[in-house]
Amino acid sequence: MLKTFPRGGVHPAENKFTADKAIEKPGLPKQVIIPIAQHIGAPATPVVKKKDQVKAGDLLAEGQGFVSANIHSSVSGTVAKIDQVIDSTGFRRPCVIINVEGDEWADGIDTSPDLITDFSLSSEEIQKKVLASGIVGLGGGTFPSHVKLSVPEGKQLDTLVINGVECEPYLTCDHRVMLERAEEMLVGVKLLMKGQGVDKALIGIENNKADAIAHLEHLTKDDPSIEIYGLKVKYPQGGEKQLIKALLDREVPSGGLPLDVGVVVHNVSTALAVYEAIQKNKPLVDRVVTVTGNSLSNPTNLLVRIGTPVKDLIEAAGGLPEDTGKVVNGGPMMGKALKTLDAPVVKGTSGILVIPEKQARREAEAHCIRCARCVDACPMGLEPYLLKPLAEMERYEELEENAVLDCMECGSCSFTCPARLPLLDYIRLGKSHVNQIIRNRKQK
Amino acid sequence: MTTAVLYTIISLSGLGAIAAIILYVVAQKFKVYEDPRIDQVEEALPAANCGGCGYPGCRAFAEAIVKSDDLSQFYCPVGGNDTMQDVARILGQEIEEQQPLVAVVRCHGTYQHRAVTNVYDGPATCAIESTLYGGETGCHYGCLGKGDCVEACDFEAIFMNEDTGLPYVVDDNCTACGACVTACPNDIIELRKKNKKDRKIYISCVNQDKGAVARKVCQVACIGCGKCVKVCPFDAITMENNLAYIHADKCKLCRKCVEECPTNAILEVGFPPRRKKKEDGDKESVKTENKEKN
Repeated sequence: MLKTFPRGGVHPAENKFTADKAIEKPGLPKQVIIPIAQHIGAPATPVVKKKDQVKAGDLLAEGQGFVSANIHSSVSGTVAKIDQVIDSTGFRRPCVIINVEGDEWADGIDTSPDLITDFSLSSEEIQKKVLASGIVGLGGGTFPSHVKLSVPEGKQLDTLVINGVECEPYLTCDHRVMLERAEEMLVGVKLLMKGQGVDKALIGIENNKADAIAHLEHLTKDDPSIEIYGLKVKYPQGGEKQLIKALLDREVPSGGLPLDVGVVVHNVSTALAVYEAIQKNKPLVDRVVTVTGNSLSNPTNLLVRIGTPVKDLIEAAGGLPEDTGKVVNGGPMMGKALKTLDAPVVKGTSGILVIPEKQARREAEAHCIRCARCVDACPMGLEPYLLKPLAEMERYEELEENAVLDCMECGSCSFTCPARLPLLDYIRLGKSHVNQIIRNRKQK
Repeated sequence: MTTAVLYTIISLSGLGAIAAIILYVVAQKFKVYEDPRIDQVEEALPAANCGGCGYPGCRAFAEAIVKSDDLSQFYCPVGGNDTMQDVARILGQEIEEQQPLVAVVRCHGTYQHRAVTNVYDGPATCAIESTLYGGETGCHYGCLGKGDCVEACDFEAIFMNEDTGLPYVVDDNCTACGACVTACPNDIIELRKKNKKDRKIYISCVNQDKGAVARKVCQVACIGCGKCVKVCPFDAITMENNLAYIHADKCKLCRKCVEECPTNAILEVGFPPRRKKKEDGDKESVKTENKEKN
């Protein structure tokens, strides 16, 4: 009997037709646009100026404060300008724009493909290296990884969970990483275990990636500290609270962190980035992105430099089809439509999804018929049918009482609603207001 | 038979009398004194319960104003100065006249001036559109056009213009309660001084981007060139974050800035047509417009 989380969840069509496409390396773009805010927390502050020469791996912007991350140059070339550019959020935000010249790497970065397994670093050193390399959660959350590595006093960790679930339909970047770069990724897992100070790691992978499960089981058969678990396919199993429930049957309390139940969760791509940062001295400057969509002629998985314009990726996947309605940054469930194809790939971009015009439009809303399908679907046990009107009527106290902040915006409620109500849109609006109210209350 | 009826009447009347005495005693014991002026003030207020004064409804406003000694911090925007004079009379105090205000929509990015770059098909409310996407045009400072302000208005004073996609204010109906100002997520709507004959001059733009970027996304954006600041003889215009702002208390409505603005971001409303020299200029601009159309 395969494990899964018990409450809620939905089964969107998987559409993972890039699962057997090997990771390709497209040519370098002519220009990269690197936003200084690619993570959760405070934006970084630029340390370069116009006309500076940079090499790939050079520091561009320094993280500000504890919850923040460094930003590195992903290419070599000249800084053209630091300007406001529309990024994947749809808003104009400060970015460093670099004209690409050649492909030189900063000193000390090992770009060879040799596998290095050196575990001599202490956990503090690992933490420092991760901080310096600007690594953030690559599953899409973009939470700075060094924050997860520094466990506050009084908290006891016993297990590291590695998230290879990739429950979003269409996306296959983590799947390909687990197949093609498994050895490196497993070294990263070992390093993370050392960094977190735990001696047990569980890797959770959904059952639709049987080849990845078999491959990793084969590689770890002599290593009792890493266990591989196949999981029943159900969205949103990649949510860290759901994954912990599925693997360990521990429930993260409302408003709490996985830390509260002695667990910390990292993504497989993050583990790979940690390997590269520590063994190869290479900061986070590239990532695997799935470029996919039913109408694309050549959907594929690409290893691209951070800051590459999305239009270059679509070009590499066969060009933008004429009937395109939306281009989404991320997967179809949690991704966000891009406002312009000039927007760059950021650290959190796990996929670029091209949706044809016909499928892109929302259908007309009907009335709530109290069928409670959204309640059944909600993996956090919330009542979306109730939260939406509360947000609409600005009854924020009641929203807070109904645990609106537990919502992780997985979109299962909107997906399942037969009346096609925009439940999540209103819940998000309510969340932002409730967060504001709580912030004001704390200031007083 | 008759005795039974008699007993019933006597005992029930007795019970009634005892209950009446108890109720009277209790009522005297727990009597709450309420200032009769609260009712009088409430009577004088417009009973709109709009919250424009900052209190939850007219009753709460009346209670607060009767309790307070200082009337200067109270103002009912709906009733205006007349109502406030009535209230002052009831309370036997003097009150200064306040300058009436009116809501002004500071965006002129009509369909014609501001190209639509992408389509938003989510819930038709500005609040959601503004938090999730930057709006349908290149300018994410300007009007989103989903009409949250219209929804918020209790006085039929603000409506959407279907041709321009922007809201417009009916000055006579506007009470300056501020509901639309709060409702607008982009802070476009401002309460400005109501001048004679409803005349207004204001910068009809809130875009803080650099000039070139702002101009690219909207033909009538403020590009922060500073010409109006220089030309103003009364120092009424300031420039902050690439955006000019006319301070209504200093502005003497001379209209020099309107002529100077290269992007027509400054709007003049309610003025008579300009003198002959300027009319020629207008004709010229009309001509060039026609040419462009041809």
